[in-house]
Parts: sequence; C-alpha cells; structure tokens
Amino acid sequence: MSQIHVTTKINGDETEFLCGPEETLLDVLRDHLGMTGTKEGCGTGDCGACSVTVDGRLVCSCLMLGAEAEGHEIGTIEGVAKGDELHPVQKKFLDHAALQCGICTPGFLVAAKALLDRTLEPTEEEVRYWLAGNLCRCTGYDKIVRAVMDTAAELRGA
Amino acid sequence: MRYEAPSSFEEASGLLAGETGVTRILAGGTDVLVQLRSGLVEPDLIVDIKRIPGAKDITRTDDGGWRIGAAVSGAEMGEHAELKAAWPGIVEAVELIGSTQVQGRCTMAGNLCNGSPAADSVPAMIAADAIAEVVGPSGTRDVYVEEIPLGPGRTRLEKGDVIAAIRLPARPERAGDAYLRFIPRTEMDIAVVSAGVSLCLDASGKVLDARIGLGAVGPTVVNAAAAADAIIGTTLDDAAIAAMIEAVATACSPIDDKRGTVKFRTKVAGVLAKRAALKAAERAKA
Ligand SMILES: Cc1cc2nc3c(=O)[nH]c(=O)nc-3n(C[C@H](O)[C@H](O)[C@H](O)COP(=O)(O)OP(=O)(O)OC[C@H]3O[C@@H](n4cnc5c(N)ncnc54)[C@H](O)[C@@H]3O)c2cc1C
Ligand code: FES
Ligand code: FES
Repeated sequence: MSQIHVTTKINGDETEFLCGPEETLLDVLRDHLGMTGTKEGCGTGDCGACSVTVDGRLVCSCLMLGAEAEGHEIGTIEGVAKGDELHPVQKKFLDHAALQCGICTPGFLVAAKALLDRTLEPTEEEVRYWLAGNLCRCTGYDKIVRAVMDTAAELRGA
Repeated sequence: MRYEAPSSFEEASGLLAGETGVTRILAGGTDVLVQLRSGLVEPDLIVDIKRIPGAKDITRTDDGGWRIGAAVSGAEMGEHAELKAAWPGIVEAVELIGSTQVQGRCTMAGNLCNGSPAADSVPAMIAADAIAEVVGPSGTRDVYVEEIPLGPGRTRLEKGDVIAAIRLPARPERAGDAYLRFIPRTEMDIAVVSAGVSLCLDASGKVLDARIGLGAVGPTVVNAAAAADAIIGTTLDDAAIAAMIEAVATACSPIDDKRGTVKFRTKVAGVLAKRAALKAAERAKA
C-alpha cells in the first residue's frame, strides 16, 4: 500500500512522517513517532483520551487521518510542560489529586489547556461543558473541574 | 484505500465520479472516521475537501444571505458573531453536535450527508430553507437541503456530487429562528426528538412566514409544512399553537426504541416545536 508523506509541526518542531491512508493521527503519534502520551480510549470520538490541538483547536486525534495533518500545527501532551517545568494546569491536577489511574489525564490536560488559552475566566459551567467530551471513569470529575478553575484563578492572578 | 486532497470541487467531483468502488468525502471526518474504525464501511477512495480554497470560508452573498463553505466547522460558525446574530437557531443547532473536540471538525454538509434522521443541524437548515450548492459531473446546481435526505444513511445526491457550500437566505426584518432537542442528559447525546423553527413577523407581531423542521420523528428529517401553516397569519396565540402541535403530531412517524416510544416522541415533538416557535418569535421581536 502506498505511503503518504506528511509534513507538519508537532509541539513547535518541524516533523515529517510516512503513514498509510487509513492510519489516524493517533496511530501516527503513538506507533510511528513514539509519542505515547496521547492515549486511545474508544477510537470513536467519545472519550477524549486522544485529544490534541490542530492549529490551536481541540480535536480528537482518533477522528483524523494522519494525512490530514499536512501543513498543520499539532499540539500534544508532550508539548504542555516546558522541559521539566510543568504547566500550571499540570501542577494543579497534582495538587487537587485530579487523577487516579491516569489514562484520561493527558486528554484532560490538553483540553483544559486549550480552554485556558482562550479564557482565564471560565465559569464552572463552561469548564464542565468544555470538558464534556473527556470521560473519566475514576475521579468523578469534581476534582478535575476544581483543578481547572483553580488554574484559571492562579493564571489571572486572583 | 486511496486518500486524495484535491484543490477544487470540480476535481473532487471528477475523482469521485471516476471511482468504481466505495467512496467517502472527508469533511470533518467525525462520521467517516467512526465508520472506518468500526469496519462498517471500507472505502476505496477518500476525498478530503478541506484543502479546497474557499471551503473554510463564511461569506455574505450578493443578496444579503450567507454562504458557508462545506468544510467550515461547528466551532468556526459558533465564533462568527454576525452569522450567529442573523441565524441564531442554525448556529445553536450546529453547536449541539458532539463535544468541543467534535466541534473543532464537524460540518453542516457532513451532518446532512451522513443521512441521520437525528442530525442536529438539519431541522434548523430545513426551517431556514437552506440551499446546498452541489458540484457534480455536469456542473454546479442548487438543491434545497430539504430535498437531500432519502432515508437513514441515504441521500438523493448522485455519484460525483459534492456539496461546496450551504447557503442561507437573507433575513427580512423581524425574523428569528430557534432549534431545540430532547436528550436524556445535557451534552454528548443524539437527539431523541428535535425541532427547528424559523419565522418572520409583520409590524403588528403576526407571523408572516414560517417553516418547521422536525428531527428523529421519521426515516428522514421532516419539513412539517402543515404545522407551519397553522401559525402563519396568527400571533402565536394558544389556539394557533394547539393547531400547530396537532399538525406536528400528524407529521411524526417515529420508531419505538429504548430511547423513546412513539407516543413520547410524538408528544415531545409538539412541545419542542411550541417552545422553538416562541423562542424564534422572541428573537424576531428583539
Ligand atoms: C462523539 C461524537 C458525538 C456526536 N454528536 C452528534 C450530535 O450530537 N448531533 C449530531 O447531529 N451528530 C453528532 N455526531 C455525528 C457527526 O459529528 C455529525 O454528523 C457531523 O456533522 C458530521 O460532519 P463531518 O464534517 O464530520 O462529516 P464527515 O464524517 O466528514 O462526513 C459524513 C458523511 O457526509 C459525506 N459528506 C461530507 N461532506 C460532504 C460534502 N461536502 N458533500 C457531500 N457529501 C459529504 C461523507 O461522504 C460522509 O458520508 C457525533 C459524532 C461523534 C464522533
Ligand atoms: S480515543 Fe479518541 S475519543 Fe476516545
Ligand atoms: S483517572 Fe482513571 S479514567 Fe480518569
């Protein structure tokens, strides 16, 4: 089967890869590029574990072909921390114990950061709606929502 | 499977027309990728329309209406303040599709062509009397959105047809639209029943014109013309609303399943149509 050559930027780095036409961006990240921080829960857009950004917009990498990444900027969980320095939202997830098994966490962090990049004044309702496409079977969501609200408060200096 | 990303709709149409096997058009991919994953469909050719110039544009038409490119996502429509002000019901319907992640990709044309009777944007588009600009092997033609659904998963589009854009008409004075759906939770679910209403009022507050689209009450989204007739010429008084609800019930032929019985869907369709009509009228007066 013919492979497709794709040029993208991932977390700011020019990246080229070859992928099969059926392969999703999630397959490419995990299986070709070794970026296994992005998780697969359902593979059908329901759980959000595979969340990444494309040109800053939050999407499910399981609902996108690798070939569709051509010319676009992809942001993954690996790009959320700056080197060893965790992003504020990552620190708050730890402070609030907003994770248990952790499988949903990369998706939540990428999604939460995408929200905080748009607004530092989300209401709790906005946070809950924004994160409705991210499922967690462990935490019951409340600690996650509090961690995000607290990050927003910290970032706006409140 | 072959993946192509042509640079014009004519080229896209040519690729689709020339393929003898199974084809899919890739707009947001939020239905197509799920089908690929489930093995439900094994396309020989996927034609990605997102690299076509203009496919992601929202523009005004010469007559004051709107042209929404076929690859414009729900999130992009939601962020377009002017479009939202002109067609709040359309935009609220599109914004109900899926999660934030799905919003980043999903399109109205994909929602329409996936052929679900519960597709959220379709009742609102039918209420708006939206037009699909279809590029096919013999050129470009306008098709009313209402004429496109044929049954679950089926459309009246033919081999080689691609929707290039959805057009919404110009809004007269005192016009408004609204879309409501019933789901058992608040987010991330498929409509059990839904209703879209678009109307305009005269200076005295009487309904001059109206259209009503109903979702998930039959094999396709329904244009409930008799229900719209029941409110035209009225001030949406109780008698007019009662007549509309009766006509809505007549237009419903839903299925019975674990998500809703025939009786429930028929009843709720009337309730939603009433609320959507009142909300549309309120917006028309604002
Ligand atoms: C988690 C999740 C939640 C969802 N929730 C909802 C919901 O609440 N409400 C709802 O209505 N839907 C929902 N959906 C379904 C889906 O997101 C919508 O139907 C969406 O609008 C499809 O648009 P798309 O651009 O992604 O379509 P695609 O997947 O790209 O295409 C869908 C179909 O349309 C055809 N097509 C696409 N573009 C064109 C075109 N320009 N011309 C001709 N044919 C075309 C394709 O060949 C394909 O058959 C959900 C899906 C997921 C994964
Ligand atoms: S793996 Fe993509 S949404 Fe679940
Ligand atoms: S922490 Fe286990 S699924 Fe969220």
